[in-house]
Order: sequence, then C-alpha cells, then structure tokens
Amino acid sequence: MSAPTLTAAVTGAGGVRALYRGNARAVLGRGLLAARSSTWVVVVSGFFEPVFFLLAMGVGLGTYIGDVTLPSGRAIAYAAYIAPALLAVSAMNGAVYDSTWNVFFKMHFGKLYQAMMATSLGPLDVALGEIGYALLRGVVYATGFLTVMQVMGLNLSWTAVLTLPAVLLIAFGFASLGMAITSYMSTFQQMDWIQFVLLPMFLFSATFFPLTVYPEPIQWLIQALPLWHAVELIRGLTTGELTGGTAGHVAYYLAMAAVGVVVTTRRLRSLFLD
Amino acid sequence: MPAPVITATGLTKHYGDLVAVAGIDLEVAPGESFGLLGPNGAGKSTTMRMIGAVSTRTGGDLQVLGLDPDTHGPEIRSQLGVVPQEDNLDTELRVRDNLIVYGRYFGIPRAVCARRADELLAFAQLEDKARSKVDDLSGGMKRRLTIARALVNEPRVLMLDEPTTGLDPQARHVLWDRLFRLKERGTTLVLTTHYMDEAEQLCDRLVVVDQGRIMAEGSPAQLIREHSSREVVELRFGSQRNQAAAERIAGLGDRIETLPDRVLVYAADGEAVVEQVSRLGLHPTTSLVRRSSLEDVFLRLTGRSLIE
Repeated sequence: MSAPTLTAAVTGAGGVRALYRGNARAVLGRGLLAARSSTWVVVVSGFFEPVFFLLAMGVGLGTYIGDVTLPSGRAIAYAAYIAPALLAVSAMNGAVYDSTWNVFFKMHFGKLYQAMMATSLGPLDVALGEIGYALLRGVVYATGFLTVMQVMGLNLSWTAVLTLPAVLLIAFGFASLGMAITSYMSTFQQMDWIQFVLLPMFLFSATFFPLTVYPEPIQWLIQALPLWHAVELIRGLTTGELTGGTAGHVAYYLAMAAVGVVVTTRRLRSLFLD
Repeated sequence: MPAPVITATGLTKHYGDLVAVAGIDLEVAPGESFGLLGPNGAGKSTTMRMIGAVSTRTGGDLQVLGLDPDTHGPEIRSQLGVVPQEDNLDTELRVRDNLIVYGRYFGIPRAVCARRADELLAFAQLEDKARSKVDDLSGGMKRRLTIARALVNEPRVLMLDEPTTGLDPQARHVLWDRLFRLKERGTTLVLTTHYMDEAEQLCDRLVVVDQGRIMAEGSPAQLIREHSSREVVELRFGSQRNQAAAERIAGLGDRIETLPDRVLVYAADGEAVVEQVSRLGLHPTTSLVRRSSLEDVFLRLTGRSLIE
C-alpha cells in the first residue's frame, strides 16, 4: 500500500480505486446472514471428516502401530500423534471451503463483489470480510475437533490451550491464500486443481507418519508447503514439545495471511475497479 | 440555474488500443432525467461506470456531485444508487435482507436500514415477498428489488443501465411508473436504454452516443424536430419493386430511405405524400403515415447496420 492510498484509507477519501473504508464487518455480517440459508448437512459433514480419520487411523489402525517416538525421544500413542495433524487439517478444510468454491461462485455467478464495489466499500473491506468469514468456519471445525481430542485424552500438555489462537492463525492463512488463488480461477477445471493439491498435501505433510521416511528433496518440498507448518505447530502445542521451529511456523502463517490479503485486495481492485 | 450534479468535459476511456469513450461532454442538472442512447458497444456502460466511480477515466474532466472521482471515489459512490444492466442481487439472502445488507455496505446503522427496507419494499410493491428467496421472484420483481436496493442509501442520483431490457410489457410499465414517481420526488435519474419508447417516456433530455462520441443532444421532441421530419410515410411495393418505385418518387418529402422491405418518405405532411404517390400512378400494397419517433432519429444518427 503506497503512502497516498494509506492516507486516503485513514481519512476516508481516495479515488475510484481507494482500498479501504473501515467497513469489513458489513461484509462479514453478510456472510453470517447468508450462512443461515446454507445446507447444514454440508457444514456438519466437513467437521466429521477428520473425526472419522481419527477414529479409523488413530484408534483402529493405531492399535497395530503402537507408540510413535518423537524427535525428543519421548514415545506417545499413535492417536495422540495424528490427532494434532488432523486438527490442523480441520482448520484448513473449513477455511478452504468458503474461500475457494464459495468465493468462486460469488465471483462468477452471483456477481456479489461487483455489487459490493458499487457501494462505498473498498476492495480491502471485501477481502477482509470474506476472509474473516471463511476463517470462522475453520475455527469452528477446529474447536469442535479440539473438544473431541480433550474427551479422548489426546491433549498431552497444558499448552494445548494455545492451539485455539494457533488454529485461528492457520485458518486465516488458508482462507486468505485460498481466496487469493481462487480470484485467478475462471473455470471449474481450474478449481479442481486446488483439490488436486490439497489431497496429497493432507496425506503427506507428516500427518500420519514422520517426515524422516522421505528422501531429503521430498522433505524440503513438504516443508515448503503450508500444511506441514500447521501440523508441526499444533503437534508441538498438544504434546508440549515446543522448539525454536514453533516461532518459524507462526512466522510462516503470518506471511501467508499477509500475502493472501494483499493479493486478494489487488485482484479485487483490478477486476472490479478498473 | 442550480449547479449540475454531473459535468463531463472531453471524457475519454481507453482499454489498451480500444477507445471505448472518445471524448464526451455532458451536463446533468439536479432533478433532471437524463438518457444515454446508443447501440451496443457505443460506450454507454463505460460512461456510466466512470460516472459511478468504479472505473477511472483515461482523460478529460469529470465532476459528480461536485467531487472528482479520481480523488473521492467512495464519497461519490455513497451518494449514488446503481442499477446494473444484469441483476446482481444476493441470491443467498432473502428479499428484505438484500436491502438491509446492502445498506450496511454503506455503513448505515442496522435499525435505519431495517426501516428503509420496509419503506422500499412498499415502494417496489414487494411487501408480500419480504421473506421470499430472490430466485423465486419474477424478472420484473427482481428489477424492482434492484431499484429498491439502489435507493437504500437515499442517493442523490440514480443510475440505471438498461433498466427494462428483457421484461415483458406489463413489467416494463410497472417499472416506468415507479421511476416516474422517483422523478416526481426530485431524484435525478441517469439511464441508458436502447428502447426508444422508454427514452421518450422517461427522459427530459438525452444524448445519442455512437462509437464513444455524442452524435446529438436535446429533449426527445427537439431531437425529432432537428433530425427527422414531423411524419414518416412507410410504403411497401413488394421487395422486388421497392427500388424502382423509390427512384420514381425521388424528390417527394424531405428525404427518402429505401429498405429491402419498404420505402420511407420523411415529410412534414404524410397524407400529401401519399396523394402525390398515387398521382404518379404508383400503387403501394400498403401505405402507412405515422408520426416521426425517436427511433427514426436514432437510426438516422447511428445507422441501420447491425453492430455485433
């Protein structure tokens, strides 16, 4: 954001392409009101997906696997190993759902953003409101999943409390990057590519087994992708094994959220305010 | 004379090499109903978008409500009501919520939005549909809801881009009636249309735009006077013989236009032309004398060839 537009954002003035009007809550409010009419079966099913994985893999398959040894040398139950990873996945799924398919629909069929831009809203208001709404679903899923973990005795440390703000950050990162990427998509086929990236990322980001099973180049690749950072961050918090890497994971998500918001805002501006 | 609400001088818009608007001058007075007429691709919508402060101009000067969109975009938008060419109602919200939520985008308090929503539903004759889904409304109802939505911020200028395209005659007349009421209340209307009857019904003054330029300007009656005759005679001799007949009646009226299916004679007195034609020994299969309309002006200025 350049100095004049920043000044403009503060004073409320600014040209046709002024960024911000301080009214993201109107966009968020619209999302919450629209959510009332959405199909609750779809919303609830998104929450259950990682729960089923936890039951099948953690509890079921876990009885054959036994304990997993953490890098610190401590051994924990397999269910306690994958549960934090699935918590990160539930935050990701919730955030990605609204910020990809729903945004795609609103952009191309509902013409919602076009209508918003004809009002006094700026593109940053729309970006923050929509991303804020998308991350809420991630937070709701993750909070539910965290409750399941608590009931099953899979939170091994008091630091598990900190997963709530961590989940908020992770959902923010995925929601803003999801919306940024979606804003470049123009066909359904392109949207399928998002799914094509998400599935392997879910399976291979140290979700079900440690990264050490891979050759080194693959490890680097996975460490570059966002989900691995979320898994490591949450696993550190629920097991109490915090390292210097924890701060790095937080920084990764702060950067991801910032990039997502900036790209989304610029993209909305170039699409609707020419 | 009160200060104009919109003033454009030499307004241009380029998209790369494409010149969408090639220097437009116009002025709209408060309370006026102003029309932009032109074929598809003439630059009407682009002009509307620049006035609506969602598109930056390439050149020229533009003042909307005394403000320059280049420095006061959001302020201008907050005082305009916009009815886009295609409905973009929020299909995930119910009818009344569409109005409330839209008002919230302007930062208007929820209670105020709710009160205005009820008034506007009455105005748009949609009170029974307050709880309906948008997708269950007819085309005419959607259009009225879009207009109601555009009024939720009590705009000083209402911008309508082809407000009745695609509606059946009944729905059009209901909509015209609502727009006429707004006009009576003193709302400034700026509309684009390619329905000439709509322009004649609603516009105090209009400009005909073609290829990004203004071809003519005036009230509907003025334009007809200046660019057409009082009456038009439509003569049909059969498609084989129209050309030959047109040559024989050359010189009648002010101007003759030969079309594949008929010959048009523009004249002050149509009946006199019909008499002269029969005195020349010509017997058209049908002859019709009608008053000149804005459509004649429009076709004269923008040509008859299809723009696609």
